[in-house]
Amino acid sequence: MIGFLIKKFTLLIVSLFVVASFTFFLMHAIPGDPFTQDKAIPEEILQAMYKHYGLDQPLYVQYIDYIKGLLTFDLGPSFKYQGRTVNEIIAEGFPVSLCLGMEALVFSVVAGITLGSLASFKYLRWQDHATMAIAVLGISIPSFILATFLQYLFAMKLDLFPVARWGSFSQTILPALSLAALPTAFIARLTRSNMIEVFQQDYVQTAKAKGLSSFHIVTRHVIRNALLPVITFLGPLTAAILTGSFAVEKIFGIPGLGQWFVLSITNRDYTVIMGTTIFYSAILMLCVFIVDILYCFIDPRIKLQEAPSSND
Amino acid sequence: MTDPSSCFEPLTDSDRSLESHNETLSYASFWQEGWIRFRSNKLALIGSMLLVLLFLMAIFGPLLTPYTYYETHLNLKNLPPSSKFWFGTDELGRDLFTRVWWGARISLFVGIMASLIDLAIGVFYGSIAAILGGKKEELMMRIADILYSIPYLLVVILLMVIIGSGITTIIIALTITGWIGMARIVRSQILQLKQMDFIKAATAMGASRRRILMKHLIPNCMGPIIITVTLTIPSAIFAEAFLSFLGLGVQAPIASWGTMANDGLSALRYYPWRLFFPAGFISITMLCFNLVGDGLRDAFDPRLRS
Repeated sequence: MIGFLIKKFTLLIVSLFVVASFTFFLMHAIPGDPFTQDKAIPEEILQAMYKHYGLDQPLYVQYIDYIKGLLTFDLGPSFKYQGRTVNEIIAEGFPVSLCLGMEALVFSVVAGITLGSLASFKYLRWQDHATMAIAVLGISIPSFILATFLQYLFAMKLDLFPVARWGSFSQTILPALSLAALPTAFIARLTRSNMIEVFQQDYVQTAKAKGLSSFHIVTRHVIRNALLPVITFLGPLTAAILTGSFAVEKIFGIPGLGQWFVLSITNRDYTVIMGTTIFYSAILMLCVFIVDILYCFIDPRIKLQEAPSSND
Repeated sequence: MTDPSSCFEPLTDSDRSLESHNETLSYASFWQEGWIRFRSNKLALIGSMLLVLLFLMAIFGPLLTPYTYYETHLNLKNLPPSSKFWFGTDELGRDLFTRVWWGARISLFVGIMASLIDLAIGVFYGSIAAILGGKKEELMMRIADILYSIPYLLVVILLMVIIGSGITTIIIALTITGWIGMARIVRSQILQLKQMDFIKAATAMGASRRRILMKHLIPNCMGPIIITVTLTIPSAIFAEAFLSFLGLGVQAPIASWGTMANDGLSALRYYPWRLFFPAGFISITMLCFNLVGDGLRDAFDPRLRS
């Protein structure tokens, strides 16, 4: 098992390195530089700025400096916001995004498992069909569309929630719901199909034959086994919430990292784009890694050579 | 279904129809069998009909109005839906009905092109890896693993920032890591098929690797391949709409559903139709593709057949 984890960890590091190099060279492949503007900047100031940001060095020196910076968790300065570093921007925006993301995550896990189990108890009856219809809707409606719809209906028309901004709990509900819809639908479908599969297993039949109550069978035998694969969904779940946050934070005017990321794209603030991309990638890969570790501990049946593949 | 007591209950009509169903199935080929299953899935059928309708409207929709997607009428801006402008107009007085169907052309084109390119690269890479085996396969799949672990939408956003917006660049950005899912599925299918007797028989009869791949392996993977393509299309449509919504997609005056939704967002409070028509069509299209994809999976995935 240690070998398996080392292999996974190496993959994580290599992937992160690939992402970092990939973003670095892509960003430097763009014609022009961050200071190319409509307004001509005097040559001396330009040279001073190049020197200040180390842009007068050859590319490989810049690359080595950048990787060195990454190893010490220093993502460099922002080109558009004078005197601000990418680290500061992340430190400011990420807690807000994390808070919103956690709320969405908890909601989607609880609601998804509940809906999925209920559907499996009523397999092929109307409750099952209704839940699965809602789930396929949840998968099909993109979070940014659901967010605008919720904002229009519940904030603008019915006046039940604040329209935008960040601060109080009631302001988090609509954005968290829009982020949670897609993962909830996925988890509900996954839970349902797993529950149905487990219900057909021999050990459940044995438990029934022993005359155990259906409550006992479900809580002791079915749920535990059916929920294992749901854990593998943690990786794609984080990805969905994270990318969803770009649009949802923009719609609700939430000062999180997603909003910053979109803003830095519009501003072509390359160091911030680069830094945020690497930061996001690291978080996602870490989540997948944690899932792999958890899976080893929770399910002794797992074959360690072939890791549970998470697909998004 | 697994409840023992149900074994002693008399057969209902639905049980009987299921039995006769099974009898016909046993004589049907793989495709016929799948088609029978698919046909009985009402939601998937409705989804495919709506998709046909969407395609027809994408082709003929813009021809139904006297307007173009780019022509502006500043005295006719932000009009609500009416008999003259069926979906209303936007802030430049452009007819939304015409623009929505132009958007449909772009969304469907991007979705289908991206999925077809994913299909070509994925099938090629996956089957080559599975055929080669050994160290080469290991290396190829490691590379795929590393690319796969990079968050998909982040790569796409990054590429769009760098290569600039436009339909071609969106398709390039979507396919640059999008093919990996297909490659993995094709590889795992072929690895399973390679163990089958008919492949061994073909090898024993001296068929070349190329012939075995083209005549035996790939045709037998068609089920999973088609399902994957159908489910890749909505995710590509979503990605295009999402990028356009973030301002990275196609550029004005071309209308994509994502750009229209982005334009409509600022006017949500007063002119909600400007957001709701494009947003509604994105959702309906994704819903239809998902329904059809689910239907195909239920119909053709051999693992689900009991």
